[in-house]
Amino acid sequence: MSTLLEVSGVSVSFDGFKAINNLSFQIGPAEMRAIIGPNGAGKTTFMDIVTGKTRPDEGRVIWGDKSVSLLKLSESQIARAGVGRKFQRPTVFETQTVRENLSMALKNKRGPFDVLFYKRNADGAARLEAIAEEIGLTDQLPRIAGELSHGQKQWLEIGMLLAQEPKLLLVDEPAAGMTPEEREHTTDILVEAAKTRAVVVVEHDMEFVRRLNCKVTVLHEGSVLAEGSLDHVTSNQDVIDVYLGR
Amino acid sequence: MQKSFLARNPSVLIFIGCLAAFTLAVTLLSEATGATFISTSFVKTLGKTLCLCLIAIAMDLVWGYCGILSLGHFAFFGLGGYMIGMWLMYERTKTIVTNSLENATLPPTADEVRDAIGTQIFGVVGGAEIPPIWLFADSLFAQLALVVLVPGLLALVFGWLAFRSRVTGVYLSILTQAMTLALSLYLFQNDSGLRGNNGLSGLQNIPGLSHISQATLSIWFFWASAVALALGYLLAVFVTNGKFGSVIRGIRDDEARVRFLGYNVEGYKLVVFTGTAVIAAIAGALYYPQAGIINPAEIAPIASIYLAVWVAIGGRGRIYGAVIGAAFVSLLSSWFTGGGAPDVPLGFYTIKWTDWWLVLLGLSFVAVTLFAPQGIGGLIDKLVRKS
Repeated sequence: MSTLLEVSGVSVSFDGFKAINNLSFQIGPAEMRAIIGPNGAGKTTFMDIVTGKTRPDEGRVIWGDKSVSLLKLSESQIARAGVGRKFQRPTVFETQTVRENLSMALKNKRGPFDVLFYKRNADGAARLEAIAEEIGLTDQLPRIAGELSHGQKQWLEIGMLLAQEPKLLLVDEPAAGMTPEEREHTTDILVEAAKTRAVVVVEHDMEFVRRLNCKVTVLHEGSVLAEGSLDHVTSNQDVIDVYLGR
Repeated sequence: MQKSFLARNPSVLIFIGCLAAFTLAVTLLSEATGATFISTSFVKTLGKTLCLCLIAIAMDLVWGYCGILSLGHFAFFGLGGYMIGMWLMYERTKTIVTNSLENATLPPTADEVRDAIGTQIFGVVGGAEIPPIWLFADSLFAQLALVVLVPGLLALVFGWLAFRSRVTGVYLSILTQAMTLALSLYLFQNDSGLRGNNGLSGLQNIPGLSHISQATLSIWFFWASAVALALGYLLAVFVTNGKFGSVIRGIRDDEARVRFLGYNVEGYKLVVFTGTAVIAAIAGALYYPQAGIINPAEIAPIASIYLAVWVAIGGRGRIYGAVIGAAFVSLLSSWFTGGGAPDVPLGFYTIKWTDWWLVLLGLSFVAVTLFAPQGIGGLIDKLVRKS
């Protein structure tokens, strides 16, 4: 199996605290993966490293067919290379409309002058409508994003990710604070997305992870504790000790 | 389905209509057309006010839309004024010198004329040599290019250094203050080549147009300022209206998020910062021929802070708000400080507005921040929505 993202031997410490300790991780081009682990296991730091927000002290992060090192790229270059990230708290642009939010995320040239002379076109409009349909926000397009409910903001953010057409989606606790129906919808969106791209979901909620029905990586103290199907890892004695058995 | 630019932005037509009506009214009532309702000096005040409205638009773009609280844009305004001032002063002095040497027994050589110009201009700072930076001062075209190039280049270099190091928020504001302070202190020096604290003067006299009265010239500059303001307004609406506007408002609200969408935030900031610096410089180049004099005090840090106050009172994030704020506050300021407002005798103490105007301005700034954070523009928005 070819790999899309390969993280190997990565370590990073903050003021002597080792947030990530010799972590290695691989994911293929069309794969769903859930990352679980207790607080402080390094899940968010892992995402920070992949997206370029944090530079690791050592190790390699290799991306794509051409084996580019992500460590040399800036955040915006990594995003343009095809890594999309959804934050834990929904972060959408609250003073702008849903349409403006999606339009900003839509895959297009990103240079200041390209954007300044950007003309709205039928193709872009169709892509935008399709994404709005997929996340169930077609009716909400003209609304100001700040007026949306918590769940709708989460979907809008996922929609913005999809609009970027990334090869890898990093999703941080997508189901936090959602009602059961909203969770179900979120699961559907993610499973659909994983058919054509790699999706990494960080989640606390076991029930949600079970519904994703995918390979699970358990992080603990900054490195991989176990990997495999959910049933496999939940029966692992180490995992039970550090995480589930508390 | 795609509505035209004007249909999407009805405020543009309203604004340009108001500006045109105002320009026409001032022209008809001014001394240039034989009426006596508006004095030439007041036409100049109004023309200068239009230039201040233009720099306020620039400030609104960079602060209100892109979230960069620059407290240094008056430096670019002043530099624009200096660049055009060099040509005005050089050419006018040249005319005077040539006229006075006309009756000499031998016709003056080019070097003699040049030396005489040098003595005339730089005598006040104890020099006679024309400094190298005046190399192009005899060419209107070159100095007009420098109006754009010098401030633009300064903004580009300053912005590149600051944004690349991810200096943001109040730290960036302090840095821009330092820039304008350093520039003004440098210009205060006699050997800066721009006549130290004397600055450049006599700028109201346009070389080659000495046969035209100040009344007519003032109206010409008033028209030029109005046209520049209208173009600036159109440009600002165009820039903020489309996707570019979306991105820079995104940068204002959540810079990191924009970065993770794949936009090069630093590049956008640099474009906005430099572009608005150029707008400010053009406004300055139109302002100072109407003011007649420019000196380093004009680019003291306080000037740029006033600019932020105008935009805050007018309502940032709204282009017409910036225009209203600049016009309202600067006209009110010249009324109060020019002795237009009657003193208030309290018996034991007399409130002289020339002294108390700043207190009033400060209080109204606090009041706007507390009670109408969206400024005057925000109040107008509320009224429009209600009706």
